[in-house]
Amino acid sequence: MDFILSHLLSLIVFTPLLGAIVVMLLPGHQKRLIRWVAFGLSLIPFILSVVLWVNFVPGEPGYQFVEQADWLPALGVRYHVGVDGLSLTLILLTTLLTPLGVLISFSIEEHVRSFFALFLFLETGILGYFVALDLIIFFIFWEIGLVPMYFLINQWGSANRRYASFKFFIYTMAGSLAMLLAIQVIWIASRSIVPTGTFDIPLLMQMRPFTGEQVLPFLSQELARTIAFWAFVIAFAIKVPIWPVHTWLPDAHTEAPTAGSMILAGVLLKMGAYGFLRVVIPFFPAEAARFALALAILALLSILMGAYAAYGQTDFKRLVAYSSINHMGIVILGIAVAATTLGTKQYAEHGVMAYNGAVLQMFNHGLTSAALFALVGMVYERTHTRDLSAYGGLWVVMPAYGGILIYSAMANLGLPGLGSFVSEFLVVRGAWPVYTLITALAMIGLVMTAAFTLMAVQRVLHGPLNPRWKELREITWREGLAMAPLMIGLLAIGVWPRWILDVINAAAQFL
Amino acid sequence: MAFPFISVIIFTPLVAGMLILMLPADRKAEIKVIAAAAAFISLVLSLWLFFTYDREAARLATDWAGRIQFEEKIAWVPSLGLSYHVGGDGFNIPLLLLTSLILFAGVLVSWHIEHRAREFFAFLMVLATGIFGGFAALDLFLLVFFYEMAIFPIYVMIAVWGSTRKEFAAMKLTLYILVGSIIALVGLFAIYFKAGLGTFDMVEIYQNGNLDATFQRIWFLPVFVGFGVLASLWPFHVWSPDGYVAAPTVVSMLHAGVLKNMGAYVALRTGIQLLPEGAKFWMPFIVFLTVISIVYSAMVAMSQRDFKYVFGFASVGHMGIVLLGFSTLNLVGLTGTGVQMFIHGAMSAIFFSIVGMVYDRAHTRDIPSLGGFVRIMPIPTLAFLIAGLSSMGMPGLAGFVAEIQIFIGVWLAYAPQHWWFPWMAIIASSGVIITAAYIMRVAYSVFFGELRPEFADLPGVTLMDKIAVTLLAIPLIVIGVYPSIIMPLAQTGAASIASLFGGA
Repeated sequence: MDFILSHLLSLIVFTPLLGAIVVMLLPGHQKRLIRWVAFGLSLIPFILSVVLWVNFVPGEPGYQFVEQADWLPALGVRYHVGVDGLSLTLILLTTLLTPLGVLISFSIEEHVRSFFALFLFLETGILGYFVALDLIIFFIFWEIGLVPMYFLINQWGSANRRYASFKFFIYTMAGSLAMLLAIQVIWIASRSIVPTGTFDIPLLMQMRPFTGEQVLPFLSQELARTIAFWAFVIAFAIKVPIWPVHTWLPDAHTEAPTAGSMILAGVLLKMGAYGFLRVVIPFFPAEAARFALALAILALLSILMGAYAAYGQTDFKRLVAYSSINHMGIVILGIAVAATTLGTKQYAEHGVMAYNGAVLQMFNHGLTSAALFALVGMVYERTHTRDLSAYGGLWVVMPAYGGILIYSAMANLGLPGLGSFVSEFLVVRGAWPVYTLITALAMIGLVMTAAFTLMAVQRVLHGPLNPRWKELREITWREGLAMAPLMIGLLAIGVWPRWILDVINAAAQFL
Repeated sequence: MAFPFISVIIFTPLVAGMLILMLPADRKAEIKVIAAAAAFISLVLSLWLFFTYDREAARLATDWAGRIQFEEKIAWVPSLGLSYHVGGDGFNIPLLLLTSLILFAGVLVSWHIEHRAREFFAFLMVLATGIFGGFAALDLFLLVFFYEMAIFPIYVMIAVWGSTRKEFAAMKLTLYILVGSIIALVGLFAIYFKAGLGTFDMVEIYQNGNLDATFQRIWFLPVFVGFGVLASLWPFHVWSPDGYVAAPTVVSMLHAGVLKNMGAYVALRTGIQLLPEGAKFWMPFIVFLTVISIVYSAMVAMSQRDFKYVFGFASVGHMGIVLLGFSTLNLVGLTGTGVQMFIHGAMSAIFFSIVGMVYDRAHTRDIPSLGGFVRIMPIPTLAFLIAGLSSMGMPGLAGFVAEIQIFIGVWLAYAPQHWWFPWMAIIASSGVIITAAYIMRVAYSVFFGELRPEFADLPGVTLMDKIAVTLLAIPLIVIGVYPSIIMPLAQTGAASIASLFGGA
């Protein structure tokens, strides 16, 4: 038990990879075996992250469960991992969504083994990213997350998958290149304080490396700081995604297989927002504060444009994809507020509130988008269309499904009593005195969110029953099992958010 | 005297080649087994060298001579100062290992050659000896001897066993490289005479030769660029794409994987190490050529229709990264280069071996006509993806480890009079994304997508092929995850050279 606790993070990060290898070794034609083994293996990281949650001490400053080992001594790169409230929340989200995604994917028939192996491999990349405390390790896991996603979309996606996967890969990789440049520049600047340079995140945060003497004559610390800041911002903005670099998302989400969309919307987008909170704001507080207004405006545009575009969709899945842009806009608004208020006395508590709201919204959106994509996938499997106008009156045939869809839709639009209300309230409450006009306009966006969500629900469930759908299967117990944790989680957060807010708040206080 | 590891590595293939020539032409099985056995022996011995090289002692040594291990020296023609002097250090030991790996994989991949197999494998063995010797030689004359020994068999192998426009390509390749090496040879002779020691021994010239700065500056360019032609330094790279397309698979593997590295290695040893003043003067300008090489060849690779041409240009681009690392002249960049040479070799060998597997079955290399080959050859597809991802610098694989060191080395190479280095790093990084694009495009078009009906019944790859690609892919993964397996070794090799320029 001691070994487990002292290496908990590495175990959480690498057990999915081991799981992927085990899955690859199973006989290819035994699909049932592969599916259930994959599900069982995906539960291990989840159990471990619950152990992590229980053993985490919310009030303690700094990182917990820290592990360090040399990796590339020549450059001073170390395998340095640790968690704080922010990363813990996202780890829990990832390890929760993965088994659910596995459960939803039982209908995959082709190359089942490779599918689940890639899915688990993806989980390792994401988890490693959330625990990394060394910039190179951070970058490595960020990149590792790209390749399995590309293949998941490319091989098991729908009609336009080739275009969507390529666009996703190249777009996010361009962002990665910016990040690589930023990391290199930071290293150079850090040599002003540590002669051999360092990539260590906690150390860099303490050092504020750009305040030392300049290392390269043409690269003043000011210039280095600016380049690194913008390069990181571009990389993370593409991932979140923030309007206007969001255009890869609708295609990628729509064409991905159901579980792929669940993880893409549920977790991968959070990697971008996490980057803002882990790297951009702590390393560059002054620039972040200066840029915060622009960020808030872009967030507003994401909210409004996302909702407006969602309203105009005829493809159910694409509607949910645009909804993601909309909800991530709220996250970014919260982050912008946190960036502005950092260090100020006047709105410090609003900043904390907005931070809490943003991170909680990340978690909530993870749950709601996973739920919605899963539901879209279910109806697609039965009807083989995603066209909203082709549906109609499905409530009659699938009442249980309808109930769950309504529940998830309510969570999506922020009904009080369910999770999203708490997070959106916190963000709005925190943002109101800081960005009053923007927040007011954003609330219009929230109204539009309600509009498109209800529109979708109406088209799918209500109205006259389209005769084609008379014989549809009701939701199976397996699919219901996949939905249950999401629904319970949303209710739990909505009614008694303290269990998660305590953890998040700890991180907010130490920003 | 200690067991002459290096000589055995060098001459085993030659002995095997002679044995092969003595066999009757129809005993194909025996011929191949002898070739494979010779390659295997060299592989085992190179692995031995790799793991038993004393990195600690090398780290503590003060100059290059102290870092050479497994040294053998026999006087050859004392009156002319020629000696048989070979030895291993942090730079050439990984390259010896790479050569033996690719040689072994190449023999396996060539198992099906039927037409005049005896001569084919005999030439292959002579080629191998030339390459091993070129890496291990510590005497200038011996170096040139082995270098030329490596070039001639390739002409014959391409001209007889090659494909697309083989005679033209063979002639072009050989003439270009030969002219380059002759120019360099003139430079080497100049060094011999000017050093005034009456010896061709590189270590002695390194330690005691008094080559003044002007001499070095004049002669650096002929020597470095002359050997750089073999390393496909832009714009002298034009022999490479045609040559590789025409060559039989194992020749492409060895050429792209190893011979280009040999060109770079020899340029490093004789140009940079013996003429450091010249290097200091010229490398900041040569860096432009390397960056052009990286970006230009990536863009050209993007537009190719022939599957093999894509990788012909890809290898030019990767050698550009190697030469970029040379231009940094600092410890970090040179260490990265040492690793990049190894990795580039493994990647290129995988690419060309798989191109060969596809071509042997489909009899076309036209990318739009192919597709869906993952169903026919899943393991080579996986190896291809690993090599492809490594070549675009995907973290977790070896390519990233080498490239990050080289890029950081380029940043550190900044000096007020050479202010452009950081820009070079940024421009070269853009080559990464172009590489990503063409690799993904080729991978999708050839391996995924629809399998054409005319290809539906193609046979899979043999066990030999699978072993070959797996063997080559393993270092890419291992180095990516555990770089310390090669990094300290490369660092000691780089230290000998970086110390000439003021260390890190």
